[in-house]
Amino acid sequence: MTVSVVQFGGSNCDRDAVRALAYLGIDAERVWHEDGLPGDTDGIVLPGGFSYGDYLRAGAMAARAPIMDEVRAAASEGVPVIGICNGAQIGSESGLTPGAFTTNASARFQCEPVHLRVERADIPWTAAYDEGDVIEVPIAHGEGRFEIGETAHADLVDDDRVLFRYCDADGNVTDAANPNGSTDNVAGVLGERETVAVLMPHPERATLPDLGRSTDGAGILEAFA
Amino acid sequence: MTAYTATVTVRLKRGVLDPEAETTQRALERLGFELSDLRSADRFELDLDAEDADAAAARADEMAERLLANPTIHDYEVAVTER
Repeated sequence: MTVSVVQFGGSNCDRDAVRALAYLGIDAERVWHEDGLPGDTDGIVLPGGFSYGDYLRAGAMAARAPIMDEVRAAASEGVPVIGICNGAQIGSESGLTPGAFTTNASARFQCEPVHLRVERADIPWTAAYDEGDVIEVPIAHGEGRFEIGETAHADLVDDDRVLFRYCDADGNVTDAANPNGSTDNVAGVLGERETVAVLMPHPERATLPDLGRSTDGAGILEAFA
Repeated sequence: MTAYTATVTVRLKRGVLDPEAETTQRALERLGFELSDLRSADRFELDLDAEDADAAAARADEMAERLLANPTIHDYEVAVTER
């Protein structure tokens, strides 16, 4: 398994992702978007950051970079793809996953630990957890509020494609535990294929034991193992 | 070919929260102004040459569909004038 971590101008969590994956024993390398995906890519991370300075909308420019055609093609063949933070914004802007991530209800950039309830545990992204588990992972974003039309939201829930919801430490999904005003407390969703996922929180910042207060994010990245 | 300016106005759909507009409204109120609501929008002015106004509008429409607006949260409108 070689995981390609796609680096755009303004990405800034690409090194963190490679380092977290390496710590888990997963072969990963940074790939500059203009160079295209290496032939041996069998996993893709769209990392966090501020690609293209968040011009127009966060993720809008990177989502239309030529490499995203390759990412979509790989995703449709079943290659696992995860978008983290700005990568989640790129993923939704490129149509890999439903909905949109837009300005936090607070209108502020928020950098803080949050709790997430694992809503699906029968897929590789969350095989390390049980459904209903509560994990602690940090967020760091100004445009993380998940928005989706009413009908599309109903479909999302019916199809069981909500991966994580913001919750309190006990797993209660409440308004108070919703850091950014996301619809239905959604923090991460699946694409049409369950091998495609995006989430606003940063699992790569909660993987290395020396780095912070939690290693709860490691289980997500272990999907690439 | 005729020279046109196509103006694309992109705004949030009704009912989608706009925290920046709310903050701006509060700042105006703090300055002593009275207002009951404030909505903001992005405006793009595209200079282009086309056979006729309909062709110019169609091209601007496609630009809005493919990049300038995000259909999940935005509505947009296109207006074309000769330049």
